[in-house]
Amino acid sequence: MPVFYGTTVDSALMLGTAGYPSPKVLADAFARSGAGVATVSLRRESGGGQDFWALIQSLGVTLLPNTAGCHTAREAVTTARMAREVFGTDWIKLEVVGNTDTLQPDLFGLVEAARILSAEGFKVFPYCTEDLVVCERLLEAGCQVLMPWGAPIGSGLGLNNPHGLRALRAAFPDVALVVDAGIGLPSHAAAAMEMGFDAVLLNSAVARAGDPAAMAGAMAAAIRAGREACLADPMERTDMAVPSTPVIGRAFL
Amino acid sequence: MSVTVIGGGVMGLCVATELQGRGIPVAVRDEGPGPRACSWWAGGMLAPWCEGESAEEAVTRHGLGAADWWQAQGVPVARNGTLVVSLSRDAAALDRFARRSRGHRMLDAEGIAALEPDLAGRFARALFFADEAHLDPRRALAILSDRLGRTDSVAGQVIDCRGLSARDALRDLRGVRGEMVLIRCPEIALSRPVRLLHPRMPLYVVPRGDGVFMLGATMLESDRRGPPTARAVLELLSAGFALHPALAEAEVLELGADARPAFPDNLPRIRRAGGVIHANGLYRHGFLLAPAVARMVADHLQHQTRPEFMDADHD
Repeated sequence: MPVFYGTTVDSALMLGTAGYPSPKVLADAFARSGAGVATVSLRRESGGGQDFWALIQSLGVTLLPNTAGCHTAREAVTTARMAREVFGTDWIKLEVVGNTDTLQPDLFGLVEAARILSAEGFKVFPYCTEDLVVCERLLEAGCQVLMPWGAPIGSGLGLNNPHGLRALRAAFPDVALVVDAGIGLPSHAAAAMEMGFDAVLLNSAVARAGDPAAMAGAMAAAIRAGREACLADPMERTDMAVPSTPVIGRAFL
Repeated sequence: MSVTVIGGGVMGLCVATELQGRGIPVAVRDEGPGPRACSWWAGGMLAPWCEGESAEEAVTRHGLGAADWWQAQGVPVARNGTLVVSLSRDAAALDRFARRSRGHRMLDAEGIAALEPDLAGRFARALFFADEAHLDPRRALAILSDRLGRTDSVAGQVIDCRGLSARDALRDLRGVRGEMVLIRCPEIALSRPVRLLHPRMPLYVVPRGDGVFMLGATMLESDRRGPPTARAVLELLSAGFALHPALAEAEVLELGADARPAFPDNLPRIRRAGGVIHANGLYRHGFLLAPAVARMVADHLQHQTRPEFMDADHD
């Protein structure tokens, strides 16, 4: 099970709380997902009022507040400080939006905010790209978890750069790595876990499914399958067929 | 039996009207229709099929009779259907909407132009929900209110329809904030509500007649009732501009915001608590579901039935 800043969470599925048809549907999806962590937004565009927060807190999972919708490092730092007060946790999923169309992270602002927040004792979960150099900078800034995207937020495109994600896993074997954003299907989530990622964070794939609870269950199963496959040490790929039964004894000459 | 209805929003007025129609003496404790009630800010769409795309099945089933009920009360109801469109880059959203709803047919550009000449050439496809309707919420509230007696006291059976204010008695009620813009744009004519699907800023435009349109509405998990934020107005007007550039020349008549009362499944509840009957939690379906909930309340009072939206007694 994934370990974030010394805390073990009991599922590799992290689930977002935005965009569900109703709080009841959200609660059902969480129950089916077995998710260990719920992300929750403090800012208005993703929803956020006392009643809604109380409801999220009643889910009984670890809360990871985020800074979704912040466009500058300063905004993100302020929002993180407010989130610490409201939710009583020093965990923060750090998002600094760089482009409103793609919601791509502003990596410069991200590193800056990560440095400030880490110095203030926050346990920062930065939403970043798979860029190796940026990830190094984030680790230097004090992050012990990295959350590279699979694809743009809400796009459902899956893992756009499998090579880059694999290279990141190989480069940081001891850092907790979470694929965040872009997951649309269970197969995307399974692929990330097969690569050796510690966890997957998703939201729209479940919230916008026709049957969110059923999709939450499918995601949980896929993530478990991907994790077990990774631990089972998958066979290597070859270009030549390898028979699974011996050919000796048959007229193979 | 006599009844006092507390609260003169759409729920209270519908309950009182339904009871009065069944010959039960009823009085409403309220100051009369106005901006204090969140139904004052409503869109007034009677769109059971469109709402069924994201709402529970019961919303469609109980919303189907709404247009008839309103018409029977003498409220003008426009039965011209609903048009649902998306920008070309969100074409998949229209297909998804079609897949997840019923009661529609797909129109091509020619079909759209025939229904709404001012939208000609703007969209390649649209979903047409022919059996839907819309009304003017403020006019509807006024018509019901004018026929009902008022009271300052509380006597007989109390029916509490105070919306979000009833949170002192209904602990599981929450607010879902909505923001709207009212504009006048005589350059454009629409005969029916048009919904623009958008992944981040969905919009509906409801024609009120005389070139007036209501643009709505945001959905935020918050019970704040203050004025709309710049972001909300910016998004609603931008989406309106995407629907038709002529809307950029409109006069802005009103900016409004309020919080809708909702239970965790976003379905209404009828609940007995301490001798009082509560009817609440209509969420974004006030004009669509209030008639059905009103009938259920009346049935319960007259025949002691336990209607579908009635939950466990809290006495």
